[in-house]
This record gives sequence, structure tokens and C-alpha cells, in this order.
Amino acid sequence: MSTASVATTSSGYLLVLAVMWPVIGILLSFVVSGRQIERLAWIVLPVGLVIAGATLIAVTQAGQSQIYVVGNWAPPLGIALRADGISVAMMMATAIVICVTGVFAHGEFSQPPGGPEERAPVVFWVLLFAIWSALNALVLGSDLFNLYVALELLTFAAVPLVCLKGKKETVEAALRYMLFALIGSVLYLLGAAMIYGAYGTLDIRLLSERGHAEPATLIAASLMTIGLLAKTALVPLHLWLPPAHAGAPAPGSAMLSALVVKGSFFVIIRIWFDAMPDLLSFRAAQLLGALGAAAILLGSVLALRQQRLKLLIAYSTIAQIGYLFFVFPLAAGLATGVAWSGIAWTASWLQLFSHAFAKAAMFMAAGLIAEALGHDRIAELGGIGRKLPITMLAFALSGLSLVGVPPSGGFSAKWLLLLATVMEGQWWWAVVIVLGGLLAGGYIFMVLGRLLASPTEVPALQAPVSRWRECAALSLAICAVLLGIWPLQSSDFLFIGR
Amino acid sequence: MNSATLFGFCSAAIVGLGLFGLIVSPHPLRRILAFNLLGSGVFLFFGVVARRGAAAGLGADPVPQALVITGIVVAFSATALAVALVLRLFALTDEAAPTSEADPKAGAEGGHS
Repeated sequence: MSTASVATTSSGYLLVLAVMWPVIGILLSFVVSGRQIERLAWIVLPVGLVIAGATLIAVTQAGQSQIYVVGNWAPPLGIALRADGISVAMMMATAIVICVTGVFAHGEFSQPPGGPEERAPVVFWVLLFAIWSALNALVLGSDLFNLYVALELLTFAAVPLVCLKGKKETVEAALRYMLFALIGSVLYLLGAAMIYGAYGTLDIRLLSERGHAEPATLIAASLMTIGLLAKTALVPLHLWLPPAHAGAPAPGSAMLSALVVKGSFFVIIRIWFDAMPDLLSFRAAQLLGALGAAAILLGSVLALRQQRLKLLIAYSTIAQIGYLFFVFPLAAGLATGVAWSGIAWTASWLQLFSHAFAKAAMFMAAGLIAEALGHDRIAELGGIGRKLPITMLAFALSGLSLVGVPPSGGFSAKWLLLLATVMEGQWWWAVVIVLGGLLAGGYIFMVLGRLLASPTEVPALQAPVSRWRECAALSLAICAVLLGIWPLQSSDFLFIGR
Repeated sequence: MNSATLFGFCSAAIVGLGLFGLIVSPHPLRRILAFNLLGSGVFLFFGVVARRGAAAGLGADPVPQALVITGIVVAFSATALAVALVLRLFALTDEAAPTSEADPKAGAEGGHS
């Protein structure tokens, strides 16, 4: 594509709206009183969902990327927003998870009636809007520096979410997360500077034309990738994730585990598959895949050893992130047009979305259980399933998707990944995928067994659990299962704009 | 050796020092300082890129300078957030505040603001 052909498309304004609408919500949050913010959210969330849906329809109908050229200055001088298949899919998943999280947070982050206004609810809703805007900016950005700014916005919104309850452990976890994220962002920026130095542009499309495999580009891409891996919490840079994701309040954990870590993964995909497709050598792809395999095995084994439910789910996130990195060895042939790569590409996105829904549902269910019992020690969960049947169903359905039991999004994703390993002749990844599934089955059934146990005395509930919040968790679990009806083949939709 | 190369080596040295501090020192405040040092190295590198005139032989490219300004703002906000977390942690752990040894309250109040 030449520079001259980059122009705003008919639905381009939707992209600006997607980024700006949550920001408008943030600005209004500072104007209205603390009690009104939740009411404001009931307007911001559905409208945001509609914007995401409209963008999805626009891109699907056009069958090509929707573009907005900011200020009508074409790249490389200006900056473009670009929505292709994968970015609108991400936008839609983000909108669904954020909206359900908003429903779930009702009650936990409502102002107490009668009493003085509290700070935590105000901060929570502002951070929720901020995460949404940052994620939309991230998936729509087509300029490496723009992506840097979006990544930083995402980090700044995610870190305070960890320590919203203000306990000492959570502040420690937030600080550790922040320091990892800082290393990540500065390494990314260094890589971006090197790329600009080498090619004189940061626009992803122009880079894919101008860029070629040379040592400087390879070093830059490696620096950026290492920085992003720290933010994605891929082994061995995962140490910050369990305390941060387990310590955050349940709606926060849901967004952090389902969406925030995926944001930085999305940028890694943009770098290797969009900006510099020639650079993804066999060795680099195998290395990233190996790190993913290590994450699956280590995360799953550590999850099996946890005593607390939220920590178990957090370690499971580390393992499930590992699957995403099989896209590098298995879909590496995408640039050169190897036919089977499309399967691995589809599988990875399916894994990303089904994990997002399932993990958000699971963290919500765990939050409800912890709220009802006053603790989340796995050994003492016996029989809670009788008291909270909907919560237990949500946990079970999302767990089955994580394990990969059909029919579920997790099953389709892992099936397609296995298919890709066979077609590509890289059987060693298949071993890890099967082992990871078995280990996931271990830790999910360990918890499910406790939930379903019939103890001599059913535990007393410390606090009543709202039916609405249970249904919110269940609806996301059902989304994860429904992804299982996705046709088991390479999806054209995810190739729009490629 | 021209000035761009010289400053390039300088930025590489600063980046190395910052990375070393970030990995080696256990104290959060030192790590935040190391992050800032590392950031300065990166910003200097942007300056070198601008001096070399990356985009099609321009004598001095203005784009990296615009990027540096944004980068500084982002690094400043990141530092502010990290320092706020450190202060809050100090207030919660009842240790002497990093600002003054004599008056631990001073740091605690800063953390609440």
C-alpha cells in the first residue's frame, strides 16, 4: 500500500469515538458527584458497547480495514488509527468484558447509602473507563510510539486497580507490578528509538515495506519484545503477576487477567506479524514458543500447589498466556503464505478471547465465594456449591473452557493448535498442549471437587450474595462456552486488513 | 569520531548504568531512580537519532524531539505514580519515611494525598 492511498474511510470516525468515549466518561466523572458516577457508568458502558459493535459491523461489511487519519496528515508525518479484523475482535471482547465487569462491580463499588462518600468507588469507575480507552487506543494504534503511549496509559490505569483496597500486601504487589512495567516500557521505548533511527518512521505499514532483517532491527525488536514480555508476564518475567492479580478486588482481577495482559501481547503480535514480518526467523519463533511452553508447565504446576483460590487462578493465567505464544512458531509462515499458518493464527485468537471470558468469569466467581465465606482457602471451600449454585456453575463452565473440554472456546482453540502442530510438523508443542490440558484439569477439578463436596455441615454464609452479580459471572462463562461454536477452521474475519 | 557517535556511546553507557541499577538494587526508591537514569539514556539516544537526521537526510530531524517531550511526560507520570506507591508503602509499614529520618509522619501524609 502506498502512502497516498492512506485516507480516512467512511466509518473512520467510529475509531476516534471508541478511544474518546471512555475519556469523556472520565472527564464527566470529575464533574458529577461521587454518587452519580455509577449512574454515569450506566450510560458510558452501553454506548461504548454499541460503538464497538458498530465498528465490528463496519469492518465486516467493508471487508477491509477502517482507517482514520488524524488531522488528515498521512503517515509518516501524521498518525493513523486503523481497525483491522483482529483489532475489532479485541475491541468487541474488551467491550463485553468491561460491560459485564461494570454490572458485577455494582454493589461492591457503589457508594454506601446514607454514609459519607467513599473514595474507592470513584477511583474504580475512573480506572475502568481509563482501561477501556487505553485498550481501544492500543488495538487501533498503527504507530509504534502511539502504541507506547497507549501501553503506558494501560499500565497507569491497571496498577492502582491492584491496590484499591489499600492493604499493605496489595500496595507491595502494585509496586512490584509498576517496577516490572517500568522496565518494560523503557525497553520498548529504546527499541522504538532504534527503529526510528534506522528507518525514519514508526508507522507500522510503512515499516513493513521499508524494514528488512538486519542486526539493528533485530536488536530493536528484541528489546521491544522483552519489554512487552515483562508486561505480559510471560515466564521468566511473571513474578509480579500472582500477587497483583490475586490481591486486586474481584472486578479488578477480572479486567487485569482478562484484558490488560492481552494488551501488551497484542503489541508483540503487531511488531512481529505486522511491522516486521520478515524478521520472524525460525529460531526467534522457536524461542518465543519455548518460553510459552515453559509458562504452561510452570504456571500449571504452581497452580496445583496453591492453597488459596485467587492465587490458583492467577497462576492459571500465567499458564494460559503461554498458549498464546505458540502463534510465533506455528503461524510464522503467515508472511510467506504457508497455508496451514491460518489455523494457528485463528487458534491463538480464539484462545485469547475464550481465556479472556473464562478467566474474568472465574475471578468473579472466586470473588463471590471469598465474599460469601470471608476467605478463599481451597481446603475449606467444602460444600459452598450448594449455597451458591450459580457461582459454582460459572466457575465450572469457565474451568471447562480453560481445560479444553468440548464444547467450549478453550477446546476449539486447543484443538486447532494441535491441528496446526501436526500440519506444521512441530509435534513437540503438541506434547506441551496436551500436558498443559491435563495439568489444568488437575487444578480445576481439585477446586470443583471441593465446591461439589457434601460435607457434614454446609458452611454458613458471612454475607449475602447478590443474584445479579452471580449472573454476571455466569454470562461471561457462557460467552466462553459459546465460542466453541466457532467453526473449526481458519477464520477469514481475523484476516481482514492483512 | 563525530558528536553524534560520541553522544551515542554516552547514551549507551547511561542505559547500561540504569539497567544495572534497576536489576541489582533491592530498594524500590533506588530502582525508580535507576529507571529515570535509564530513561535519560533513551532520551539522549532520541537526541542522537535526531542529530543524525534519520528521515531522508534532513540535517536535524524534529520528530524525535517531539517524541522525547512526550516520553519525558510519560516517564514523569510513571515516576510520580511509583513514588506515591513507595510513600504509601512506607506509611503502611511504619518505617521511617524516606524524606526525613526525624519525622516519620511527613512521609505518611504525603502518601495519603
